[in-house]
Amino acid sequence: MKRLMFLLPLAVFIVLAGYFAIGLTLDPRKLPSVLINQEVPPISLAALKGFDKGFSNLDLKGQVSIVNVFGSWCYACLSEHPVLMRIKEQNLVPIYGIDWNEKDPDAGPRWLKKHGNPYTVVGADPNSKAAIAFGVTGAPETFFVDKRGVIRYKHTGPITISNWKRTLYPLIEELRKQ
Amino acid sequence: MIAEAGHFALVLALFVALMQAVVPMVGAHRGNDMWMGMDKPSAYSQFLLISFAFGCLTYSHVVSDFSVLNVYQNSHSAKPMLYKVAGVWGNHEGSLLLWVFILSAFGSAVALFGANLPPALRARVLSIQAMIAVGFYLFMLLTSNPFERLLPAAVEGRDLNPLLQDPGLAFHPPFLYLGYVGFSMAFSFAIAALIEGRVDAAWARWVRPWTLAAWSFLTVGIALGSWWAYYELGWGGWWFWDPVENASFMPWLAGTALLHSAIVVEKRDTMKAWTIFLAILAFSLSLLGTFLVRSGVLTSVHAFATDPKRGVFILLLLLIVIGGSLALFAVRAPALKSTGVFKPISREGGLLLNNLVLSAGTAVVLLGTLYPLFLDAVGGGKVSVGPPFFDSVFIPLMLPMLAAMAIGPMLSWKRADLGQIAKRMRLAFMLTVVVAAAVWSYASDGPFFGVIGIGIALWLFLGTLIELAERVHLFKAPIGESMQRLLRQPRASWGMTLAHAGLAIAIAGMAGAGGWKVESIQVMKPGETVQVAGYDFAFKGATRGQGPNYTLIRGLFDVSKNGKSVVVLHPEKRDYPVRQMPTTEAAIHTMLSGDLYAVIGDPSGDNGGFVTRIYFNPLVAWMWAGALIMVFGGVISISDRRYRIGAPARRTAKTATAPLKA
Repeated sequence: MKRLMFLLPLAVFIVLAGYFAIGLTLDPRKLPSVLINQEVPPISLAALKGFDKGFSNLDLKGQVSIVNVFGSWCYACLSEHPVLMRIKEQNLVPIYGIDWNEKDPDAGPRWLKKHGNPYTVVGADPNSKAAIAFGVTGAPETFFVDKRGVIRYKHTGPITISNWKRTLYPLIEELRKQ
Repeated sequence: MIAEAGHFALVLALFVALMQAVVPMVGAHRGNDMWMGMDKPSAYSQFLLISFAFGCLTYSHVVSDFSVLNVYQNSHSAKPMLYKVAGVWGNHEGSLLLWVFILSAFGSAVALFGANLPPALRARVLSIQAMIAVGFYLFMLLTSNPFERLLPAAVEGRDLNPLLQDPGLAFHPPFLYLGYVGFSMAFSFAIAALIEGRVDAAWARWVRPWTLAAWSFLTVGIALGSWWAYYELGWGGWWFWDPVENASFMPWLAGTALLHSAIVVEKRDTMKAWTIFLAILAFSLSLLGTFLVRSGVLTSVHAFATDPKRGVFILLLLLIVIGGSLALFAVRAPALKSTGVFKPISREGGLLLNNLVLSAGTAVVLLGTLYPLFLDAVGGGKVSVGPPFFDSVFIPLMLPMLAAMAIGPMLSWKRADLGQIAKRMRLAFMLTVVVAAAVWSYASDGPFFGVIGIGIALWLFLGTLIELAERVHLFKAPIGESMQRLLRQPRASWGMTLAHAGLAIAIAGMAGAGGWKVESIQVMKPGETVQVAGYDFAFKGATRGQGPNYTLIRGLFDVSKNGKSVVVLHPEKRDYPVRQMPTTEAAIHTMLSGDLYAVIGDPSGDNGGFVTRIYFNPLVAWMWAGALIMVFGGVISISDRRYRIGAPARRTAKTATAPLKA
């Protein structure tokens, strides 16, 4: 009995190590979304101040597209912005924008004017209506939508050249084949 | 050329460490003096080689040699010199080099100051140190070589993460590592004792200064880290129960338990296996901290190298070091015989309570930190365990220990009389209740735990003072005699008094800042004033400027109370263009009653308004003051003569009557 007590720390550690081994195969950054494999929630957002067209879920039907949640207040969004601009310049995939949680209606348009506008259309979401419907946890967050208007993947955090080339763009090509 | 020389030194150090791991251990086993004697010269040469390698990497960073990948990724020619140097260890590869550098420094210190150790013990300790070093050298050389070249060389570097460009963080990792690696000493002594099958008072005395040193360094490291989070992250908070913070806190808890249980081994010849276990645990948790930060198993705000290949290597390393040592523990520890017996109400009993609570606290932090991993591994989805869990489980767990801590040092060994102590503490108890009640009625908006925290802090502080007064016979003997007794107190006793008093002060700070923080977030235009906790913050506007490698917005707040000017605050918001990352530099005015804390954010709207965040953090500086006093206590205790004499004290150790000390 006493011997077993002395074995206990080792046993606990082995269990822990087993979990670490499993943990190594998982990516802690990959967040699931409850909306994966569900249709884009029905929403219709007003246009940004000075823009003529808003964003509606019906815009997404018939093509592979991505929906990017951003805000002028969000620094990580600024860091992914050049990547989005390059995607737009190379015409890789249409990007739909949701300008989330702006306190000032001028802030979003000014930000896009200053840094460039990579979006096909942008909807204003000052009251988090769309963000709640999409289950957004933070900005930037990007949803990958297939031709039928079904969300197939959610990317949390900024899109970088590296994750774009390695995982995100291949995913889009995959979705296009379907 | 310099980088290649550093790389070569690293490879040489690996071979020296291999030799140091094998030869002295075999020598100690066979009783061969010459083989055992290999320990010292190889420890010194390892230290010289790693110092050289560390110097090479530092040189590459200082001269901004962008043909070295590590420099390119983490430096920039426009960076201030302090951060060029701090950048050496502000990244994964460099921090590993710092780790082994400190490891080899500790090894040489044993070789240098270990003259009083029996040669076989010293040989085994240094051999185990070298085994750990071999693991880390291989890890660096195989997966994380800091000297890797970049061809063709880059013209300019990618800059260090701006959050890390801060004096607080420049010195935070070295102290943290001195603590982590310092526990490797206790670990090596514990493994050597298991191999020899002998743990006695002399062993406890040899281990104690090393454990105290590691504990003191780790305390500084944690305090610096929390101070950094406080002023640099700009959230007004100082502890976030982030996995990286927890990773440093767990070895601290286990190390604190170890310090106390080693006293029981030294004075009463019992709790031996437990002490050995704690020594293994403290270092294992230090290694686990490394694993958590670097493997990609858990993400966190400041994880700086996440790479699964490295993760696999670290996991193997953990399996060998922790699994191996716990297996050895399971086989050998049951044979350790204790002689001391004691009643539950006794000094031993008090220290046992301390140990149980600290271990349970360690387990809680470990569980909370790893729970997301457990759940994810069984397909339970992603969760994060936040401060609510830790606050509601860890804090109540600690309270009984803190309450008992006030009287613990008054308990006598073997069997103590609680009635006597109750009499001595009567006044302290009444005072505590009165003050807690006063705090509650005065600041009734705060949480109940804040009141309890203040009460516990006062109780502990008074208990510590009363214990000191008793020890010097204050008011019982003539005042002159008391003074003389005070001066004659052994330094280890002073260390205990200071550390316990420091903890009381720190707890008051935590309770104050945790319970009564006032926060105000708003958009302010120049000329506007906002009142926070009775202070008027008048916003006078903001100017733009240019730093060495960043642009900045600098705000100006005129703070006054009841019309009287208190201070002018200049919070900054910096933008580092190379990393496209902003940092906030909070402006903080520290007072005894609390900190005034102002942060400036982005311009908001066209009308010259800025997002500002203003905090009043009551008593928060007490926390760091308390931590400093604790460290001071640790340092005083290390300098106690009795621990320097070591071996000659071995025969007297068993008969010496111990002065009150815990």
